Amino acid sequence: MDWTRIFSNVAGELIAPTTAAYALAAVGLNVHFGLTGLLNFGQAGFMLLGAYGFAISTIAGFPVWGATLVAIACSVVFALILGIPTLKLRGDYLAIVTIAAAEIVRIVGRSTALTGLTGASSGLRGDSYKKTFTDLSPLPDGTTSLGPFSYSNNASNSWWIRIVGWAVVLLACWLVWRLLNSPWGRVLKGIREDEDAVRSLGKNVYGYKMQALVLGGVIGALAGVIYVMPRAVQPDSMGRPMTFWVWTILLLGGAATVFGPVLGSMLFWAALMLIKTVGRDLIPSTVMRAEQIEQFGWIVVGVTLMLLVIFRPQGILGDPKELAINVR
Amino acid sequence: MSADLTAAATALADVPHVPGSPKPDPILVADDVTRRFGGMTAVDVGHLEVQRGAITALIGPNGAGKTTLFNLLTGFDQPNSGTWSFEGRSLGGVAAARVARAGMVRTFQLTKALSRMTVIENMLLGGSAQPGEQLWRALVPGLWRSREDELVIKAEELLERFSLLDKREDFAGSLSGGQRKLLEMARALMSDPTMVMLDEPMAGVNPALTQSLLGHIQALRDDGTTVLFVEHDMHMVRHISDWVAVMAEGRLVAEGPPATVMADPAVIDAYLGAHHDTDLGDDALLTDEVAHELEAEALAEAKVRASAEEEVR
Repeated sequence: MDWTRIFSNVAGELIAPTTAAYALAAVGLNVHFGLTGLLNFGQAGFMLLGAYGFAISTIAGFPVWGATLVAIACSVVFALILGIPTLKLRGDYLAIVTIAAAEIVRIVGRSTALTGLTGASSGLRGDSYKKTFTDLSPLPDGTTSLGPFSYSNNASNSWWIRIVGWAVVLLACWLVWRLLNSPWGRVLKGIREDEDAVRSLGKNVYGYKMQALVLGGVIGALAGVIYVMPRAVQPDSMGRPMTFWVWTILLLGGAATVFGPVLGSMLFWAALMLIKTVGRDLIPSTVMRAEQIEQFGWIVVGVTLMLLVIFRPQGILGDPKELAINVR
Repeated sequence: MSADLTAAATALADVPHVPGSPKPDPILVADDVTRRFGGMTAVDVGHLEVQRGAITALIGPNGAGKTTLFNLLTGFDQPNSGTWSFEGRSLGGVAAARVARAGMVRTFQLTKALSRMTVIENMLLGGSAQPGEQLWRALVPGLWRSREDELVIKAEELLERFSLLDKREDFAGSLSGGQRKLLEMARALMSDPTMVMLDEPMAGVNPALTQSLLGHIQALRDDGTTVLFVEHDMHMVRHISDWVAVMAEGRLVAEGPPATVMADPAVIDAYLGAHHDTDLGDDALLTDEVAHELEAEALAEAKVRASAEEEVR
């Protein structure tokens, strides 16, 4: 077995743009669920909207900052549409509405009526919207090797997108850390525990929930932009499974923690890569073919999620004391 | 008794002992407040005034509508009709959070301590005018740190008063039921409310703690806070309240100072039924007059009920 190749593949996942995008999406979900207790099952919808917003406006000739603003605006509008009718109701309703709304975004995006705008089910090709972003790169053209990692500087799956992606992740982590330790974050935690108690203390619960929903959604939209940078905008690759992987990542790392989503995303993708590469070497193709091993990896993910929720609901970084108290 | 009459009780000395009686200095005035759940009228209060700076007890048998009235007055429930004003400001239909900001803060019958937050976090959440509770300002600690320090000092003073200071860093969920009641009351006081509404503050509190809770409530009144509380414990009502309002079947049936209101026939009727002291084995009941009297009473009652039902329809 070629351990150096396996090791470099797995280590590569730790810093991959996809890992950064999922970490960022989980940070956004952490604002919803970890801080406020909102059950958002449509994070992929926010990501897909962000990706569409960025790609379509870039194709229309917007500069990078303008396209990013469009992505953010899309997610703000989406959050308001979701939140206005549901945030006054019990939490379960938001869960139902978000999962349905994310599907609506995907299905509308892939409908043939919008072929001119979204490219329907085949999506938008990466080359059509990447140029403005890669042009911003200060790195010279070519390829750089750093230890086991060797990537091009600016093309598609590049060092440039890694640098920008992880910088945004760190910025988002700083934001969550700052907010978690502020009076604003305290109100959100109170809402997570008992809305009526917070209301009786004179806080506008509805307004706070809306702020949290919008903020987490905006972070999700930025994650979507990073996610599509090394690939294409494909509506079918950003459906329900994506939402549940983001949930797995958040619960794995630990909800209501600052670095939980980042650690969760790294572990998630590295473990998946490990299963895949080791599986291909060890399992003879008569037992499982390569694509079956890939699917086997996802089965392991599902089982992991179940075991996590049962045996370690606070995740890796969570405070076990915080969850040890039986709330209801 | 007259020697230890409080200032609040003295102010209320000349108030007639009838339901809905006007008070010399009312802080809360409610008119025609009704709340129906389907065909059942839970609350139907014609007129109620609560005296400023006094401890008013709201008592009544189970299902009398006391907690529903509380929910209505504090914005946690919407009435079918009615208006009420707090310090001259109309609060009908105002959201619960704004009622609290206006200075009327409540606690709950089933304690709502925020379990997975520490005691001090619970307290700080009750603080008012914290600029750091706005999203953008929260990002710049310089804008809210000084207010936070003030709130911490205040919170620690209150915790000290309620003997919870040694639990400062414990999760609220790890406190005993009685301690949670204390925490909830202390938290309500963080914003210096002009009026506190306590929903059964003594339920589930052990007798030793009850005595200190009573002291806290009286101290509140002596500091100028108006207290309105719902309670079943008559000993407590008699001990600390300046005025008692009695509800039964959604209506206000009696008012008066604690010493006399308990003897009011309407109150005894409400709690024990109209014929509680009639000996059913007494031969006198078999005379025709008594039989007619009871029959007439039952008829009248049935009529009242029928017309009430019609009204609902």
